[in-house]
Amino acid sequence: MTPNFIIYAPLLAVSLLFFSWSCYKRFALIAVGQPENRFEQLDQRIMGVLTYALGQKRVMARSFGLNHAVIFWAFLVLLLANGEFLISGLFPALNLALLPGPIHHLLQFAFDAVSLLALAGVVLAAGRRLFFAPDYMETSYTSAKSAEAFLILGSIALLMLAYFGLHGAMIAMGKESATYMPVSGLASTLLAAVPAENLQALVSFFWWLHALVLLLFINYLPHSKHMHILTAIPNCFFKSLEKPNTQPREEFVKGGRFGAGSVDQLAWKDLLDGFSCTECGRCQSVCPAAITGKPLNPRQVVHDIKINLLKGSLEQDSYVPGQPLIGTGEGSVSEDAIWSCTTCGACMAACPVLIEQMPKVVKMRRHLVQMKSQFPEELLNLFENMEGRSNPWGIAPTDRTKWYATMDVKPFDADTTEYLLYVGCAGSFDSRQKHVTVALAHILDAAGISWGILGKEELCCGDSLRRLGNEFVFDKLAKQNVALFNEKRITKVITQCPHCFTTLKNDYRQYGLELEVIHHSELIDSLLTSGKLKLNHQVKELGKIAFHDSCYLGRHNDVYDPPRNVIAAATGSAPQEFERNHENSFCCGAGGGRMWMEEQLGSRINLNRIEEALAGKPDTLCVSCPYCLTMFADGIKDLQADQIQVKDIAEVVAEGLRPVNQ
Amino acid sequence: MLIVVCIKQVPDTTQVQIDPVTNTLVREGIPFIANPYDTHALEEALRLKDQFGMRVVAVSMGPPNAEATLRKALAVGADEAILLSDRVFGGADTLATSNVLSAAIKKLNEQEEVGLVLCGKQTIDGDTAQVGPGIATRNGYSQLTLVDRVDQVDLAGKKIRVRRKLEGRHEIVEAPMPAMLTVVRELNRPRYPTVPLRLESEDREVKVWNNEALKLDVNSIGLKGSPTWVSRIFSPEREKGEIVGDGLHDPKGTSRLLIEKLLSKDLLPV
Ligand SMILES: Cc1cc2nc3c(=O)[nH]c(=O)nc-3n(C[C@H](O)[C@H](O)[C@H](O)COP(=O)(O)OP(=O)(O)OC[C@H]3O[C@@H](n4cnc5c(N)ncnc54)[C@H](O)[C@@H]3O)c2cc1C
Ligand code: SF4
Ligand code: SF4
Repeated sequence: MTPNFIIYAPLLAVSLLFFSWSCYKRFALIAVGQPENRFEQLDQRIMGVLTYALGQKRVMARSFGLNHAVIFWAFLVLLLANGEFLISGLFPALNLALLPGPIHHLLQFAFDAVSLLALAGVVLAAGRRLFFAPDYMETSYTSAKSAEAFLILGSIALLMLAYFGLHGAMIAMGKESATYMPVSGLASTLLAAVPAENLQALVSFFWWLHALVLLLFINYLPHSKHMHILTAIPNCFFKSLEKPNTQPREEFVKGGRFGAGSVDQLAWKDLLDGFSCTECGRCQSVCPAAITGKPLNPRQVVHDIKINLLKGSLEQDSYVPGQPLIGTGEGSVSEDAIWSCTTCGACMAACPVLIEQMPKVVKMRRHLVQMKSQFPEELLNLFENMEGRSNPWGIAPTDRTKWYATMDVKPFDADTTEYLLYVGCAGSFDSRQKHVTVALAHILDAAGISWGILGKEELCCGDSLRRLGNEFVFDKLAKQNVALFNEKRITKVITQCPHCFTTLKNDYRQYGLELEVIHHSELIDSLLTSGKLKLNHQVKELGKIAFHDSCYLGRHNDVYDPPRNVIAAATGSAPQEFERNHENSFCCGAGGGRMWMEEQLGSRINLNRIEEALAGKPDTLCVSCPYCLTMFADGIKDLQADQIQVKDIAEVVAEGLRPVNQ
Repeated sequence: MLIVVCIKQVPDTTQVQIDPVTNTLVREGIPFIANPYDTHALEEALRLKDQFGMRVVAVSMGPPNAEATLRKALAVGADEAILLSDRVFGGADTLATSNVLSAAIKKLNEQEEVGLVLCGKQTIDGDTAQVGPGIATRNGYSQLTLVDRVDQVDLAGKKIRVRRKLEGRHEIVEAPMPAMLTVVRELNRPRYPTVPLRLESEDREVKVWNNEALKLDVNSIGLKGSPTWVSRIFSPEREKGEIVGDGLHDPKGTSRLLIEKLLSKDLLPV
């Protein structure tokens, strides 16, 4: 291995300098983002890297993911091999043979075997792209058969082949032994026909092939989607430790800019995300908006942010955006896309490199609502009702107590009641959900729970406001609620709505309010398990029950088992599962404030979900969220599937509380 | 040139109840809002400002807490807000209210020419629809009520052309300025305040003018200047009507009951 030092040294130097310069340019762009602390809780961050980056957990969650994992692990091992290659090219004496024999041999064997695995991996990957690519790989700006992808796969394959060629020739020349390099040994037998005097030329050829491909590859990385090779590990390290929807508060001071109307108003991590996207398309494949033909595709959002960032220019210390962040065309995100998001979090749960797609959408909403007052018409009433009457419909707050006309319900009093039942706006005003509230109240009484309500004093939790980007009004509402909860000395709260649940539990923590918030499915589960709640009969009258995971209970708060346990306990059998269940559950279409907007673009999300349910021929769809209840009831009507009824989990249980003979 | 918008702070009537014993409005704990029609008047003024660069002044007669409503007007972009507040203005009927508002507008006119006065069609609490016309009459302005479209404003020629929404028809009217318009909801969609404007409005000044500023004869304002007074407020007795069945728990049965009832009274064509 005697490359020409005079040619190689400057080549290597130029390559490394150019690579460093490319990386510097990109990191300088990332630095234009807003500050955000992503360094706290290092132990969790390191765990994140081990699990998601090195462990490839998310990558392997899909069928072909193992192939990537193999290439990735091979890449890690070969980092050492390639490091040695580049250095010993300059100083031939500096090589791994300096290590103790057994270690050197082990490494030789590892490099040899792993190179074969990597070669097989890229061949399979290319085959997949050519012959059985899933349709979610296709999108407006790239495709499964993109030249870029094949360039990368081809380079890796070429590197492996050059490696085997080089070592095969060395073995054929007797300069290396095949003992620890069986694959290269095999390659050497293929070279048996080459006359001995030509072998040296072959060694040089493969060496230079390897060197050139490697240097080109390194320099191509920062300019391609393969930048993720450099950023994916840091991206996993800097992941959000909050619940997906609990985004940083905004501080409302005069002269401030709120939300993100240009790329530099996004946080630096949002920009790092752009360079970390692997273009795998998984987020696109699970996004309810994308699936139903709306102009939102989470990966496109991430891509457009990156393109937008690249189009701007860095001048001294200031960044000058090249085009509007919110608008049309590549590099901008359209308003229709921004308003299509249900904040279901499916994209974030699918992303192998932990990119936060949805929070970017909410940041752009914050800009539109707060800086521009630009939002779908339907939201004007909602915003005014929320601010004026603290509920989405603008119903008089005095009507909050109407649901219990025939029951004896006590106001919450810290000295005499243990739990606050936070009824919520839907539970108080929505005629269908009021039945659920009554069912829940009966259950609480039957279990002997000490509970009370806030009645007329209850305020909206502000969930829709926050997801819709009206952070200013949310902030006011949150402060009022926190003051009210503190004044009433409330510590334990039962909610029947996953949106209230997540807001009280996670979002209000940002306001210093630590509550024990229990979703009714969790409470009922524990009451049934502990025997405090006893049913009068097993619920058979609802037939086959399919359970739907609401996004804000499941994906956003990891509550998956309690509702299933409740159904199993009440009916004697586990619920039927939707095809997409648990963290793969599919939104009902109402989250993120979509409940209050018309759904004019694409097909309807709720119908997509009901059609999925119909496949299993259930008699009852069981939900644990008022929005899901509304969306499903509407969907069933639209599809004329009236044989199916929709019930909240509390209603299923309340059914079992009825005397047997009724 | 100024556009003056008259905004009345009213109780949120969806939440108002009448005390059955005293026959008075139960006002405790009831939030106040800007009279909904007035928010459309304000919006139109802001649009004219965006178009022609006129200055918008929001004016309200009411108790000191009406300042909150004026602050909201500042938050959406009004240039100035004036609260007409004085004990002696209290207890005013529509005549006395118009006297105070007219005087305030005249005073503004001394500083800068008033081109337009915009009012709501009526309030949701008093419902008389008299104050706007009262101002126009007192100040000698053209009177254009029930406007649902502003077609043209000719600042040089001092003319305005609007469409009026009447029972079953529209009327297009042109009139010289200054003009007083009362507006209906179809006119526009009020804007939502941006946060920077809201924050900024928090410490902008809402001027307060009392009668020392207006110097009106106390016999023409407030209770003394009000020839009408309210003798009784009551909810009309429900003469007819009944609640049939229980639609919440038994929608099907209830519909059947309802249909049978209508059929028996021969109210449904069969
Ligand atoms: C039954 C009843 C009892 C009342 N009792 C009292 C009382 O005890 N004490 C008392 O002080 N008042 C009382 N009022 C209020 C008063 O008489 C009227 O509300 C007031 O004169 C305005 O009339 P209106 O509400 O019918 O306005 P309308 O003539 O319907 O209003 C038309 C437009 O004029 C403008 N406008 C009206 N009022 C004002 C205002 N104050 N400031 C700025 N712009 C305005 C608005 O643009 C409004 O949209 C009472 C009113 C009624 C109907
Ligand atoms: S949160 Fe849901 S709707 Fe929004 S982009 Fe992600 S997957 Fe799509
Ligand atoms: S954002 Fe994540 S899930 Fe979506 S394409 Fe990029 S890497 Fe894949």
